[in-house]
Amino acid sequence: MSQWVIKGLRTGVKSTRYPRAEETAAGISPGLPTAATLPLEVAQSLVARCPADALELAPAGVDVNLRRCIHCFRCVRGTNSPLGWEHSYEWATAVSGGNDQKRQFGPAFDRSVHILVVDTGDCGACLNEVRQLNNPYYNMHRLGFFLTPTPRHADVLLVVGALTDHMRVPLRKAYDAMPSPKRVVAVGACALSGGIFGRSFMCAGGVAELLPVDVEVPGDPPPPLAILHGLLVAVGRKPPARLHRAVSDSVGNASG
Amino acid sequence: MPAERKQVLDEVAARWNGRVQLSPEDGSESAYRLECEPAELSEVCNWLFSDLHYSFGGLVVEQLTRWELRYVFYGGPGAGWLHVLTHLAPSDYRVPSVSRLVHAADWHEREVEDLFGLVFEGHPRLGDFVLHDDAWHEGVAPMRKSFDGRQPVTHRAPDQNWKPRQIVEEAGAFLMPIGPIYATATGPVHFQLETVGEDVIRVQPRLFYAYRGLEKIAEGRRAEDVLLIAERISATSAFAHSLAVCQAVERICHMEVPPRARALRIFVAEFERLRHHVAAIEGICESTGLAVAAAQASILEEDLLRLSCVLTGHRYLFGLGTFGGLTINLDDSACNRAAAQVREVAEKLSRLERMLSISSSFLDRLEEVGHVSAGEAGDFGLVGPIARASGVSRDMRKAQPYSGYDQIEFEVPHESEGDGYARLRMFFREAAQSVRIISTVGQAVPGGQVRAPEVSFRPGAALGWVEAPRGAALHWIRLGEDGVVDRYRIITPSFANWHGFRLAAENFAFQDFPIILATFALSVHENDR
Ligand code: SF4
Repeated sequence: MSQWVIKGLRTGVKSTRYPRAEETAAGISPGLPTAATLPLEVAQSLVARCPADALELAPAGVDVNLRRCIHCFRCVRGTNSPLGWEHSYEWATAVSGGNDQKRQFGPAFDRSVHILVVDTGDCGACLNEVRQLNNPYYNMHRLGFFLTPTPRHADVLLVVGALTDHMRVPLRKAYDAMPSPKRVVAVGACALSGGIFGRSFMCAGGVAELLPVDVEVPGDPPPPLAILHGLLVAVGRKPPARLHRAVSDSVGNASG
Repeated sequence: MPAERKQVLDEVAARWNGRVQLSPEDGSESAYRLECEPAELSEVCNWLFSDLHYSFGGLVVEQLTRWELRYVFYGGPGAGWLHVLTHLAPSDYRVPSVSRLVHAADWHEREVEDLFGLVFEGHPRLGDFVLHDDAWHEGVAPMRKSFDGRQPVTHRAPDQNWKPRQIVEEAGAFLMPIGPIYATATGPVHFQLETVGEDVIRVQPRLFYAYRGLEKIAEGRRAEDVLLIAERISATSAFAHSLAVCQAVERICHMEVPPRARALRIFVAEFERLRHHVAAIEGICESTGLAVAAAQASILEEDLLRLSCVLTGHRYLFGLGTFGGLTINLDDSACNRAAAQVREVAEKLSRLERMLSISSSFLDRLEEVGHVSAGEAGDFGLVGPIARASGVSRDMRKAQPYSGYDQIEFEVPHESEGDGYARLRMFFREAAQSVRIISTVGQAVPGGQVRAPEVSFRPGAALGWVEAPRGAALHWIRLGEDGVVDRYRIITPSFANWHGFRLAAENFAFQDFPIILATFALSVHENDR
């Protein structure tokens, strides 16, 4: 088996320096649409193009509701007046209702957080991006994040997918079995708002329909670094970003 | 008409002497309809499947002015598609089961029973399937037109004491429940493993925890929105499924896809297959606990995800496919750069394969484990690399070529052992073929437009198909006026292969179970839809 040891050593260190430094490699994030100042007519036509109701008409242009955006690119492709697009990845936001003191982690959680991943009905994209957090590029263990098989050991419940009818009971049971303090991180447009699956006879929309959510990570799917940012926000090691990008925000205008 | 098809049609005419009506399927040169009474149905299907060795593609049920049941079969290029149709009066809901004779149709009929409320007489096992018995009222049939899919359903309180049926009754028999929540990031599926001692005697996967009702929520939406749904059936095959939908709609609307778009579609589809196979290889290494090999493969997967993003803007290729072509042009230099990077990945992959092939403790876990014979694979209608590992070598790209695959040189490898190691080798060999196709196509992408002019929708129905990374995927679409979807049927390779998974997992030691599961590279999401 020594050949594998040598192979491992030869490969060297691949891990990103994030969160100590910014990660700039190509292809780490699909980016996000940004709010834009636009003439009314253009704004209206863009709003009409969005199949997810993620674009909203604002007095001076278009606002983006990232909770709903499903990365379909229809506001930037096939139109003569595309919306801006930013290539960021720190997208996670703290939900105001989740600032309950009882749900905050103390210093004991600084270097060791156990995470239970529950898929409540996604397409496999968010789940696959969560899986990437264990690959050598992201290696979340170095930051003290570990996946756990049992809710009894879990501090964070990480939920991907729209809330399907069949996953209501397992999700509820898993959450109830977790000791306090516990936090819920919802990952991806479907877990936030139901995404393309929406509300239907099978899907109740996002996970917030059943559980209190503390951190939301938008994206369809959010790339691994955005999920990592979400975990860092959940334990208070990174400040949250904002989900609603309005034309009046300075954040929203920083398109790239 | 090719001689082979003519011969089959002549024989149908002779055997059933007017009781089976023959006609060409609308808008398709390669498909024929065989219409018969319900009483004749299983005999006709069985003849195609068992005697002529046509593959069973799937069952499409539509609630038109009367019930239409369409059992879809396909053969090689000369044989084309045969759709066996039967009709029921709107108030009638009983039909003889085909799956007594054609086992590949088993789960298709169970799904239809659950979702449409039709009864397949003589079917060996109906009941708890798509709609879980502990949560749903008997008699709810969500796929019927009268059911409003946009409203939430009011349930009885879920039955917390619901227990699966235990079949094995030997002394020492034990039922082990696993899932739907796991230690790692895994799709939601529940297993009931019935064990005696070390051995797993019976494997019953309980699926559809991720059932999102995609076929239902597509109804009444515009055809473009179905593309969004198709991409999100299973993200690891997003482009393949969107391509199948595109081809169905292009067939209905008589759209010509420009040569550049056809070539780029192949380029991207093979890229997706490569990434899927690398992830499957990683899963197999991980299941055996070979951490360094798993890490090596996961580095390559991330490299390919990043490359997807650089090339198309999205790590899972969302938003790329559209009717008549692609939404963006991939310029020649970008394709060349991508092809060069893919070749680098291929080199690393073949080094990994060499190292694995001499790691005896790894091979011990795979060889002669999880065995599926060619006969079983055929009976259960397994597809893709899993079927080819057992010697069933049908591949849509060769059997029913699309998008110009018939113009390209490549091989469809197959193995004969049908064990875990044969499946691992299939992933490596197919990945190498994908790299070959990417190189060939990338070198000479024809010039011109990447998208046909604006689509004008026409009412009609058609089948679109692809060889998705996991095997044959069939999408049936019926459009009404103005491109509004009337029916969308999704037939996926994972659905076929989950059906046959127990063949491999039963009668092996419990500790082999996760490894056998990994060698099948199944997707819960693709199965559940
Ligand atoms: S990319 Fe997002 S904001 Fe733009 S059209 Fe699609 S869903 Fe709407």
